[in-house]
Amino acid sequence: MPTQKTIAATGNTLVAEAIRQCSPDVIPAYPITPQTTVVEELAKFVANGRMHAEYVNVESEHSAMSAAVGASAAGARVATATSSQGLALMWEELHIAAGMRLPIVMFNANRALSAPINIHCDHGDVMGARDTGWIILFAETAQEAYDNTIMSFRIAEHPDVLLPVMTTADGFITTHSIDRAQIMDDETVAAFVGDYEPENALLDFAKPVTHGSFAGLGGPYFEFKKSQRMAIERSRDVVKSVGAEWSAITGRPFDVVETWGMEDAETAIVVIGSTAGNARHVARGLRAQGQKVGVVKVRCFRPFPYAELAAALKGVKAVAVMDRSESFGAEGGPLFLEVRSALYDLDNRIPVVDYIYGLGGADVKIEYIDRVFSDLSDIASGTAAPSGLVYLGAR
Amino acid sequence: MTWDISKIDEWKSDEFPRGAVIPDSGNSRDYVTGGWRSQRPCRDDAKCTQCLFCWIYCPDSAVNVADEKVTDFNLNHCKGCGVCAQVCPADAITMVPEGCELPEVG
Repeated sequence: MPTQKTIAATGNTLVAEAIRQCSPDVIPAYPITPQTTVVEELAKFVANGRMHAEYVNVESEHSAMSAAVGASAAGARVATATSSQGLALMWEELHIAAGMRLPIVMFNANRALSAPINIHCDHGDVMGARDTGWIILFAETAQEAYDNTIMSFRIAEHPDVLLPVMTTADGFITTHSIDRAQIMDDETVAAFVGDYEPENALLDFAKPVTHGSFAGLGGPYFEFKKSQRMAIERSRDVVKSVGAEWSAITGRPFDVVETWGMEDAETAIVVIGSTAGNARHVARGLRAQGQKVGVVKVRCFRPFPYAELAAALKGVKAVAVMDRSESFGAEGGPLFLEVRSALYDLDNRIPVVDYIYGLGGADVKIEYIDRVFSDLSDIASGTAAPSGLVYLGAR
Repeated sequence: MTWDISKIDEWKSDEFPRGAVIPDSGNSRDYVTGGWRSQRPCRDDAKCTQCLFCWIYCPDSAVNVADEKVTDFNLNHCKGCGVCAQVCPADAITMVPEGCELPEVG
């Protein structure tokens, strides 16, 4: 019988709790703000005998992900956590983990990248990893960070998928704020996640295998990449079905795209992560004044839910995308590029405007989101033309 | 699971072993890396004292030894670097240009 209890905890505490409940065999970890308290908690769990993982203190994130790749190839369930410069330092191993089809689960505390030096929230680190082949989940709240992390193990290890999963939450805003959340009992989580049975474990001496082989010089590298694409395409259904299963146990909704007010919305904001709450708050106020506004939150960024997004937005007159990261020199931020591409196949052409906001933890004020809805209202009514890229609130 | 590579050119993308895993071990021996050699070592048995320096120094383990004596070179893996000739105290190894004809390998 699933038993949940409501606690007050930070996002990081809840993520660490989720990882403990999923019982990874190996945790190669290196601390970095604002993720540090996750690996500190995990180290404490191991030291106190509350989990039986091999905790490896490595000398850098490059080594953390290298050790994760090695341990996963050896046949272990592996989890780690990182942020910002740490994730950037893992760059080459991120591709290797995905290419070797290793179901590693990693939490990322979303944080800006240098320069200038900054430790606060934006999505620049994760978006830099969007083409590495990892499945990428975003959380709005500490609760979602907990749920996404538990689901990540099931998604990663699913036989149709076998890809690494990055489960993320906004640095400080979600990782360090104390939030109310429900946690599930250990037995229910253990039963939900199940045991990991690796197919090609290096440590299975009865069945020797070679990992990390060469496929160049006319070899089948191209075909391996195609098979990787096929796997992440298959993960679309797996993310949804695992989410639905966890949702049935917890009573909390999950979808790759979550909508608010979209049944009859004329304008909408598309947003990722913690700012979704601010957007809904503003939208609720505008609804009370009779304005038909809606909010679309993307919870799974890779694979990108383009069909679901197009379905959610097809009836609106104007869309604003809120990007908490840059893609310098592109027409807009990473989310904007995806959203506008997702809408291309619709019969009607919907104006889409991109708002870059909150880089390096810059405040996301209510009046900023008010302004976005006000701009959208002008575009929808034809009194204003869609603007180009807007740096929301920048001087 | 066996991995019969004789049909590799006919495989579809979803038929390759997942993650480029080879369900077998010790197969780097089968991988011929000597094809780009421009010179090969040539050993004079009359000068050779069987000190085994070449065997110790060879960075590719391409010096074949039987009963503690050098027999020949593994030309499937020798890159022609010339370290063996350089370290040979008896000057028993000379490097000979490969010319246009590459050695039979495989």
